[in-house]
Amino acid sequence: MPNYRVKKTDYVDQTNRISFKFDGKTYFGFKGDTLASALLSNGIHLVGRSFKYHRPRGIMTCGSEEPNAICQINPGTDLTEPNVRATEIELYEGLEASSQNCWPNVNFDIGGINNFISPFIPAGFYYKTFMWPKSFWKNIYEPLIRKSAGLGRSPSLPDPDLYDHKHIHCDVLVIGGGISGIIAAKIAAKSGSNTILIDDKNTLGGSTIFQNNENFKINDEISKDWLFKEIEELKKLKNLTIKTRTSVAAYHSYNYLLAKENLTDHLSKNNKTSNIRQRLWKIRSNKVIIASGAIERPLVFNNNDRPGIILASSVNKYLNFYGVICGENNFVFTNNDSAYETALSLFEKGIQIKIIDIRKKTNSKIVKRVEKLGIDIYWNSTVTNTFGYRKLNSIEIMNLSEDGSNVIGKKTKVKCDCLAVSGGWTPMVHMHTQSGGKLNFRESDQVFLPKELVFEHISVGSCNGDFELDDIIKNTNVKVKSLLNLKETEFEKTYVNCTKELDKRNIWLLPNKIALGKTKSFIDFQNDSTAKDIKLALREGFRSIEHVKRYTTTGMATDQGKLSNMHALGIIAETAGVKMGTLGTTTFRPPFTPLTFGAIVGRNVGQFFDITRRTSIHEWHIKNNAKFENVGQWKRPWYYPKENENMHQAVQRESKAARDSAGILDASTLGKIDIQGSDASEFLNRVYTNAWSKLAIGKCRYGLMLNEDGMVYDDGVTTRLGENHFLMTTTTGGAANVLSKLEDYLQTEWPELDVFLTSVTDQYSTASICGPNSKEILMKLFPSVNFNDDDFPHMSFKNSIINNINCRIMRISFTGELSYEINIEAKYGKSLWEKCIDAGKDFNITPYGTETMHLLRAEKGFIIVGQDTDGTMTPIDLQMDWIVSKKKYDFIGKRSLYRSDTIREDRKQLVGLLTEDPKEILEEGAQIVSDISKKPVEMLGHVTSSYFSPNLNKSIALAVVRNGKKMKGQKLIVPMENKNINVIVSDSIFLDKENKRLNA
Amino acid sequence: MFIINCPYCGERDQSEFTAGGEAHIERPKQPTELSDDEWAEFLFMRKNIKGVQFERWNHAHGCRKWFNVVRDTTNDKIHAVYKMGEKPPID
Ligand SMILES: [Zn+2]
Repeated sequence: MPNYRVKKTDYVDQTNRISFKFDGKTYFGFKGDTLASALLSNGIHLVGRSFKYHRPRGIMTCGSEEPNAICQINPGTDLTEPNVRATEIELYEGLEASSQNCWPNVNFDIGGINNFISPFIPAGFYYKTFMWPKSFWKNIYEPLIRKSAGLGRSPSLPDPDLYDHKHIHCDVLVIGGGISGIIAAKIAAKSGSNTILIDDKNTLGGSTIFQNNENFKINDEISKDWLFKEIEELKKLKNLTIKTRTSVAAYHSYNYLLAKENLTDHLSKNNKTSNIRQRLWKIRSNKVIIASGAIERPLVFNNNDRPGIILASSVNKYLNFYGVICGENNFVFTNNDSAYETALSLFEKGIQIKIIDIRKKTNSKIVKRVEKLGIDIYWNSTVTNTFGYRKLNSIEIMNLSEDGSNVIGKKTKVKCDCLAVSGGWTPMVHMHTQSGGKLNFRESDQVFLPKELVFEHISVGSCNGDFELDDIIKNTNVKVKSLLNLKETEFEKTYVNCTKELDKRNIWLLPNKIALGKTKSFIDFQNDSTAKDIKLALREGFRSIEHVKRYTTTGMATDQGKLSNMHALGIIAETAGVKMGTLGTTTFRPPFTPLTFGAIVGRNVGQFFDITRRTSIHEWHIKNNAKFENVGQWKRPWYYPKENENMHQAVQRESKAARDSAGILDASTLGKIDIQGSDASEFLNRVYTNAWSKLAIGKCRYGLMLNEDGMVYDDGVTTRLGENHFLMTTTTGGAANVLSKLEDYLQTEWPELDVFLTSVTDQYSTASICGPNSKEILMKLFPSVNFNDDDFPHMSFKNSIINNINCRIMRISFTGELSYEINIEAKYGKSLWEKCIDAGKDFNITPYGTETMHLLRAEKGFIIVGQDTDGTMTPIDLQMDWIVSKKKYDFIGKRSLYRSDTIREDRKQLVGLLTEDPKEILEEGAQIVSDISKKPVEMLGHVTSSYFSPNLNKSIALAVVRNGKKMKGQKLIVPMENKNINVIVSDSIFLDKENKRLNA
Repeated sequence: MFIINCPYCGERDQSEFTAGGEAHIERPKQPTELSDDEWAEFLFMRKNIKGVQFERWNHAHGCRKWFNVVRDTTNDKIHAVYKMGEKPPID
């Protein structure tokens, strides 16, 4: 096998040999190689198959724009990683990779048959073909597409690596470590700005760092040598941080950027000293300098996708940076001067090189030099076809007509195994547009350039449309000076001697003798869309670039059209006969390059995914075998199974005990808001539907809170602790929202009210004891308190002391049972709880969880806001008219209670449901209908709560049913998958309508 | 992610704030006297401007104060920040 490593360079350490595996075979490369350069040094070009036609594809670029060389790392393992670009991954000892877009293997590919049936796979193919019949989707189309599309395999085990998030602030952030970024960073840091320079490669210098060419001199030094010294100086600057292997993923408003730093991906297993794989930097910078460079454009011609057809600048980098040649019979195929540098580099190494230039003739300095060296140039010519299945072996050249719209003369077929193509350059304006910046179109070389600025940032270098060395240095200096308000920099008198491009010619779709329909002129290599597809989309009536893009899938692959967008736009403009600048461009969205989910979530995984709130009694619940339920961020005991009980059995036992003797519930999670101020009662009048001014000190009242639209928002009991002092309770999940809603009204609508709100949810622990024996237990706990019904009736409150600790006792009930709630400072919560359990031993006090609580309150017909209501229920719909004050002039939501919509009689209303078979338990969420013979069956409502009541020995349910109020006693049907359940509409209070238990 | 200059605390990250919709929509003092249409105007109708918009923001994870912000919705540029009850510094 010939050796394609022909040259020693500063960036690849040829004394440090590294072995790696590709598609199961072992190869060798060197420290400093990427997987791509190492493969090329072994003569391997074919690395994958195209997405739709499964055509052989080779390495085409040397960076993040790579559309073909997409690999699976550590294939066949549980921690494999898909969609890694061979051009971006640094070689390390033991690296294993495989090509992923091919099956069964890269050299023999069944999907390649698509290549021969391709006339039948036009634009919109997937939309058109896989439309019908519908039944084919699940079993035939989808598996077929998935298998042959082969976009990699996901790992099957949880990610073992750690990912970090870090915030950082700076004065100036420079994105891109090419020549303009280096100049900008140096000026910024030297002027005293705290500066960060970010580059996605492992070395700084961009493409100038290997520009070893007499035609480019700075201060009489070859550009590469000059830049090398600059970088050495840069590294010594104190207030500059250089971050390599770091790529900016997103640029949000106010100069807030996300950048991903790779910490260990380039290291072999043994060398991974950190277990943090990637770090996501969250950067806030006063000013941003974008120096992200430009990407070379390919050329669009027939069969322009064969392995061996590579961007000219990449061929140059593989040679001058990695020391690798991509072929022995090289042709440069170009429309501009930049590719001549590639030709010169190859020539100087004594490698066969010829040039095909679509321009008629040009006499720039570099072209003259090339001609003087005797390199053949085919002027005014184009490639019309290419040959070679697994690797390019020859090309066909023809002359262009005067206007470039056709080819003339006879074909010349020549040997060629590497075609270095260059269609000019596209400035990387992604960062600028992500930040909200707009673009201008420059006609002369058909590029979009950064326009007006929203926040303090500039673009410099080739991402700003400066492609010549002298312009880059001069303009970067001027722009950075003005951004940083500097008078002078060290770069004022930098003298540049370089070749200047004199002529341009651009043809988006190169002409051919063969009809376009019979050619394969690829635009988007990763998604396999061709010029023909774009034209077809236009013929079918698509005009907007966004529509054409989606219809043809051009630019929709993981490279986001870095290579394809401009050609698509150009061809649309040409075909539609409009100016390209008027078409606009597609939207560039973050991330610039794909981010791992690990980097996005950072450490917020597992137990750190969300905050967990536990009550002070939590430990006791664990010890007593509680099963927990998540209620918002709270962990609440759900039920306490004994021995082999299942949930149903446990809940039946718990709820029976609560009604027969005594039960105890941890109610600490209920929201508690302390309300003080001389207008506190007036405030409550305005926020609740019922009246509050007459509530006596020491009394409690249930309140219903509405939204301004009249819909029930929250509920709870509020206690008057003093003349100007109330304690409001809210639902567990609604606590934070209620507080902020009340604050909103206080601060913005009623600033005249003297009221102060303080959340005290976490400050108090609450034990709620219910059942006929609860009073006995309380008497044991608080011997000095008079629990006589006259002295301490239902809905009243007393202060007391237990072991010298203050507590508040409320006689309130959510279960319909005689019930007391004891509030105590949270740190004493557990010991109070234990005392309650102790005092209740003789009465079989039974701890119960949220499930039993829900069952008990359903027996009593008490609603749960958020379960029996859903933001569309008024108090009238809930049959709670009694709580809406007729006398009060105003309260939140009052006016909405008589809007034309809310006074409709046939709204959905809360009712009870009893099943015909008392053993049958309805499913919550099940639909309710009356007539199943008439199709479509009319939906009347749904079940909101459903339980088997051990105290009533039958199934009970709450439901919302259209016009339900008037349906009492009526039969309805709850249709289930395998049967229809007959139900009867009932009252929503199933137990103790007379409140005997409450007042017992 | 923008930066908001809370009139009580100074510049803070957007993540500390919650948005409260269009500003200067006063709750009617006498709702019962309004027709359904007039009430609906207050309750439902919001401008949702593409451009400079007057909005309410709350420093929810800070001082918990509500205040007004003049923001360009096309580029998130904040032109002014002022307290509740104050007149907008620009129109
Ligand atoms: Zn604040």
